[in-house]
Amino acid sequence: MEITCLFFGQLAEVTGKLSQKLTGITDTDDLKKRIQQQYPALEKLTFSIAVNKKMIQQNTTLKPEDEVALLPPFSGG
Amino acid sequence: MNTENRYQRQLQLSGFGKKAQDKLAATKILMIGAGGLGCPALQYLAGAGVGTLGIVDFDTITITNLHRQTLFTTADIGKPKVEVAAKRLKALNPEITVITYPAQLTNQNALTLFKAYDLIIDGTDNFSTRYLVNDACVLLNKPLIYGAVMRFEGQVGVFNLQNNNLKTNYRDLFPTPPDAASVASCNEVGVLGVLPGIIGTWQASEAIKIITGIGTPLVNKILTLNLLNNTVYEFQLAKNNQFQKEMPKDKKDFLSFNYDWFCNKNLQNIITVEAFDILRKAEDCSIIDIRETDETPIISEFETQQLPLSCFRESISEINFNTTVVLLCQSGQRSLKALELLKKQQPILKLFSLEGGITEWKKHNKSEHYE
Repeated sequence: MEITCLFFGQLAEVTGKLSQKLTGITDTDDLKKRIQQQYPALEKLTFSIAVNKKMIQQNTTLKPEDEVALLPPFSGG
Repeated sequence: MNTENRYQRQLQLSGFGKKAQDKLAATKILMIGAGGLGCPALQYLAGAGVGTLGIVDFDTITITNLHRQTLFTTADIGKPKVEVAAKRLKALNPEITVITYPAQLTNQNALTLFKAYDLIIDGTDNFSTRYLVNDACVLLNKPLIYGAVMRFEGQVGVFNLQNNNLKTNYRDLFPTPPDAASVASCNEVGVLGVLPGIIGTWQASEAIKIITGIGTPLVNKILTLNLLNNTVYEFQLAKNNQFQKEMPKDKKDFLSFNYDWFCNKNLQNIITVEAFDILRKAEDCSIIDIRETDETPIISEFETQQLPLSCFRESISEINFNTTVVLLCQSGQRSLKALELLKKQQPILKLFSLEGGITEWKKHNKSEHYE
C-alpha cells in the first residue's frame, strides 16, 4: 500500500522535499521510524503528526492512500 | 469626522452592518509583540475600529526590523516600538484607544494584564513566551489568536474557543517545546517580509470574525501557508489530555512555572532545585540517588532509586529508566560523573544532574516551609 508523507517547515528543509510516497508502512510509528532512518537529522526535531489532516497523539494504523503530514512548531513573529 | 464614513466600506458588507461595528468598538484586544506579526495586525484592527488596542513589547526599533514591521520608518530607529506604534495607530484612527506596555511579558505580569482584555493575539518570537501566553489564556479563558512564521512558511489558528464541544490550545498542538538547539529563529534563518505581513493580517481577520460573528474562524484548527508554492493546508486539532497535565493548573502554579527552563530543558544537563521540583511533579521521571548506601540524609520526600556510583557502570545496563532521568548526589558533583556514564550507555535518555545535590534541595525546601 502506498501512503503520502508531507513535510512542513524545517522538515522540508532537512528532507529536501515537500512530500514523499512510501510503501509497506503499517502505522504512524512505523512511518516515523522509516523517515528517521532515511533522514537521521529528523530525530532531533520536534513535530506533530496528522493523518488525513487530523492531528493524532497516538500510534495510528494507516490505510492505502492516507496522507500523513509532519508539522514542526515555528517560533518566528 | 463622521464615524459612518470611516467605516463605510465595511458597514456596507452583507452580514456586517452597524451591529458588528458596535461590537468592534466595544472590544479590547491585547497584541503581544509589535513586530512582524503585530504591525500588520494592529494596523488593520485600528483601521477596522476595534475600540481598545493594548500593545506589549519591550524592544526598540532596529534597521533589520524595517523590511517587515510596517508601522516603523527609518527615522524611528532606536525608539521604543510601542511608542511609535501607538502614535501611528492613533494617527490612523483617533477614535480608538491605544494602551502601551513597554515591558517584557512574564508569568508575573501576564494574568493581570490579560484580565482587562477580551481577546489576545500572539505575535511573539520565541517558544517560552508562546507557552506562557497560551497558559495565561487557558487559565483566564480568553480566546487566543496564534500566528508564527519561518522563512517562507506561516501558521495561524485560534485557540481556547469552544466549538462542537472541543476547546484546544497550543499545548494540544505542540505538547513538548522543541529542543532550543535544533530550532532556528528568524534572526538566524531569515523570513520573507511579506510573510508576517500576511499571517499578521490573517490574525486580524480572525479577530474581526470572532468579534462580529461572521464567517468560520479557525477554531480548533491550524492553517499553514507556504508562500513559495502557494499551498495552504488546514489541520484539525484534537485534545491532548496527557500533555495538558504539564500545564500549570492554577494561578499559583502559573506564577511559579519556569517557562525559560521548560523550553530549554533539553539543552541543559544541570537542573536547579526549583526546576527539579516542577519536573518531578510534571512528568514520570526516574530519580536516581547515586550516593553510597551509608550516606545521609535519607530522602523520604520523593521516590528515588539507589544506584551507588561505586557500582554504577555495572548496574545501569540492567535498569529500565524512564525517558527523563534525574541523577542526584550530596552536592551535585558526583551526579555529573554518573550522568556522563549513563549518557554513553543510553544516549536517548534525557538526563539531568541536580544542582547542589540533595543538600541544596533540603535547604531550599526547608526554607520554603518555615519562612
